[in-house]
Order: sequence, then C-alpha cells, then structure tokens
Amino acid sequence: MHDAGKVIPGIIAFVVLVTVPFWTNFGKAAPKPQPEIPKEYKKCVESRDFMRREHMKLLRKWRYDVVRNNMRIYINSEGRPINMSLQNECMRCHSSKKKFCDVCHDYVSAHPYCWNCHIPPEEKKGWATKEVKSLTEEASSKQPASHH
Amino acid sequence: MGAVFALVTVLAFVIVVYVGVGVAGLKSLFGIVVPYAAFLVFLIGMVYRMIDWAKVPVPFRIVTTCGQQKSLRWIKRSRLESPYTNFEVVLRMLLEVFAFRSLFRNLKAELKGPNLVYGSYKWLWLGAIAFHYAFFTILLRHLRFFTYPVPESIQIIDQIDSFFHIGLPHLYMTDVVILAALTFLFLRRLADPRLRYISLASDYLPLFMIYGLVISGVLMRHFFKVDVTQVKEFTMGLVHFKPKAPDVGVIFYIHLFFISALMAYFPFSKLVHMVGVFFSPTRNLANNSRAVRHEPAPWWKKPKFKTYCEWQEEFKEQLIESGQPIDEDCYKKK
Repeated sequence: MHDAGKVIPGIIAFVVLVTVPFWTNFGKAAPKPQPEIPKEYKKCVESRDFMRREHMKLLRKWRYDVVRNNMRIYINSEGRPINMSLQNECMRCHSSKKKFCDVCHDYVSAHPYCWNCHIPPEEKKGWATKEVKSLTEEASSKQPASHH
Repeated sequence: MGAVFALVTVLAFVIVVYVGVGVAGLKSLFGIVVPYAAFLVFLIGMVYRMIDWAKVPVPFRIVTTCGQQKSLRWIKRSRLESPYTNFEVVLRMLLEVFAFRSLFRNLKAELKGPNLVYGSYKWLWLGAIAFHYAFFTILLRHLRFFTYPVPESIQIIDQIDSFFHIGLPHLYMTDVVILAALTFLFLRRLADPRLRYISLASDYLPLFMIYGLVISGVLMRHFFKVDVTQVKEFTMGLVHFKPKAPDVGVIFYIHLFFISALMAYFPFSKLVHMVGVFFSPTRNLANNSRAVRHEPAPWWKKPKFKTYCEWQEEFKEQLIESGQPIDEDCYKKK
C-alpha cells in the first residue's frame, strides 16, 4: 500500500463515521417508551393503530375545522360524535401531558407546537403549588408563536 | 435506454418489497437480514475499494492544473489552481469536497452559427451542491432514529429544517430541495442530446434509487403514515443488535429497502466518488515536479549496465584471436 500513513487514518475515520449509530449506543440499554393509557376509558377517538399513526393529522384537521369552519363536532368511524377540542376532549382522558404526550414525542424527538397556544392540564403528582407556578410561568412566558 | 432500464429496476424494487412484505409477510427478511447485509456490503466494499486504490502506484505528478504554477519569483502564481505545497493541496481539496469547486468551472459549449461559443453554466454546480447538502442534512436528521436521548444538535437541525411549519408533521425544507435538485439532475441528462447519449443506466440508477428513497420517505411522513414510535424501536434495535421487525405499513419497508439497496450498490457504482475524491491523483498532489525529484515508480529498477571493460573481459579471447586491440586502461590499477 502506498501512502499508508494517510490512507489508513482515512479508512479508520471512514469506518468510525459510518458506524456512529452503533458505537454511540454500545452498552446502553434500548429504551422503550410506555405512555400511560387511561384506565377508565376504553375507546379513543378512533382505533388505537389509527391514533398512533395519524393523531397529528387528525388534530390538524380538527384545528382547521374549528378555527376556520366553526365546526365543533367530529363524527368518528363508529358514528360517535366527539367534541373537537385538545384541551377539553383529548386531555380529559389523557390527563397528563408528561406521562402521555411527552413520552413518545421525546423518544422520537418530535416537537409539536400544540402547547405554544394551549395550556396543558395540571400535572397531578408532586408539589401542586410548584407545578401551578411553573405552569403559569410557562404559559405566560411562551408567546403563542404560531397561528396557522 | 439506460433510463428505462434504471426505471424498471427501481420499480422492480418496489414490487419485490410489496410482494415480499405486503403479501408474503417476510418482515424479518426485509427488515433485518437485508439491512444488515447491505450495511456489511457497504462497509467492507468501501474499505476494500480504498485499499485497492491505495495499492496503485502514482509515479508521476499528474495534477490537473488550471493556473500558473510556481515559477520565477516575479511571476504571479495561482495557489489553488496549481498547488505547490501540501497545505495548498489541502485547501484545494477542502474547497473541492465542500464547495465542488471544479464543477463551478463548468462551461457550456454551443454552436452559434459557425462559431463554437463557450458560456458560463453554473446550474450543474447549483443542482449538485443543493442535492449533496440536502442529502447530508437528511442523513444527519435521521440520527434522531438512532440515538436516545437525541443530541441537541440533531434536534436543532430538525427544527431549522422544519422551520416553516407547513403541515403537520412539518414539511422539511431539505425534502423540497432534494426533490427539486434530483429532478433537475435527471432532466439535465435527458434534455441535452449529447449528454443523453453518454448517459448510461449506471448514471440513472443512483438518481432513481435516491428518488425512490426520498419519495417513499416523504410519502411515509405526510401521506401513508406509519407509527414512528415503533419505527424508532426498530431502528434502536438494529443498532443494539436486538432487532425486531416492526408491524408497520409496507411503505416503511420500501423506504428501508431503498436505503439498503443504495448502501449495497455504493461500492460498485459511481457513488464511490464519496471516498474516490480523496484518491484522485489529479487533485491530491502538489504540482512541484519542477522543484522536487519524486520517487520513481516502484517497479523501476536501476538498469544493469555493462561497461566497456566488462564487455572486453567477456570477449577477450575472441578479440585477441581476431587481432583487435585491447584497451590496457582496463587493467591499470586505479
């Protein structure tokens, strides 16, 4: 091999770069996100698989229907009427943002902008006053950044 | 013809996965075996190519220069176009790799009546650089599926890329850029008859494979949704060597198959220019052969000379028999 002094470090650099996902995870446990599912409610708006795949599109459609068309009732595939509201309907059952929404969103590094405008429900556990304070602070510090 | 062949190949990929996963349910084959095998082919193939190239001797300085080389002191020289020191070579390589400097010099030749006219033509450079940087950003962005917790830098790239908040999930700018650039690079080959004539299936196939990769990714993000949490559980399983094929739509397997095919195709195709650019003797050498005597080729051996005295010694008898004079100087002591 010619120029081994340059070629071999080059090959090593190449191998290290293309195997980044392997060695950065080496020895770490693969985490599994487990969002808390409400116990007292059995049925979500649509089927579980549908919600897992398409909840963001559904919410976007709801926003459009409510804000632009003043439609507040969504009829699901079973014919059940549902109030189109993130705060009052979704969060009624999924009462904790931290234990439900954030679990998967953090896992896949999704950054939904729901809470730029909406106010998440109070987290129940922990120091209530602290939580309330931090939440109001958060709500007041965050400007509604986007009104699409 | 090449374009048709490449198109049929890419469509065959889609059909194979659709039948394999959608109909036959071979999720482990397409989700685990194929990606691992493809990555191994990519890794071993690329290292093999590099070692293979490094074995080729480069006995001459064959730098492609396009500027004044270092000469007399009062002649202004071009440091980047005709590098003289290794530092200048490094600068030249950096600009080549990160800014595609040689493409920037691309010209267009046209017959205007009887005259051949050359004009500036930056579109190829623009298309190429847009494509490469968009692809690179997309690659970096995908690290969000291979890391946990996702590094802040990757999240920032992701958020900048989806800055315009179009749709939900947000449309990525790089997706738009790469589709536009690929379309341009493809149409460019078709539009010019001369370029079309020299374009082979191996020119179209990488374009179409990346097209398929991008389109399947965009479709998966915005139209045929898949459960992204399951996808990440799967990708994390891949890098932890505990993979479990996810129970998601065929579109994900098509996307995965395209990236696998691209990885496996890499070492055998023109795509190796990713590492080949560093091995280009026309770019990675300093043009200093007027000043430095370089090592001759490795196969060069000093020829065996025969002096007159040695020759005379060999044929001494015949020389004396035929009465030729003998050079006495050969026998003088020095």
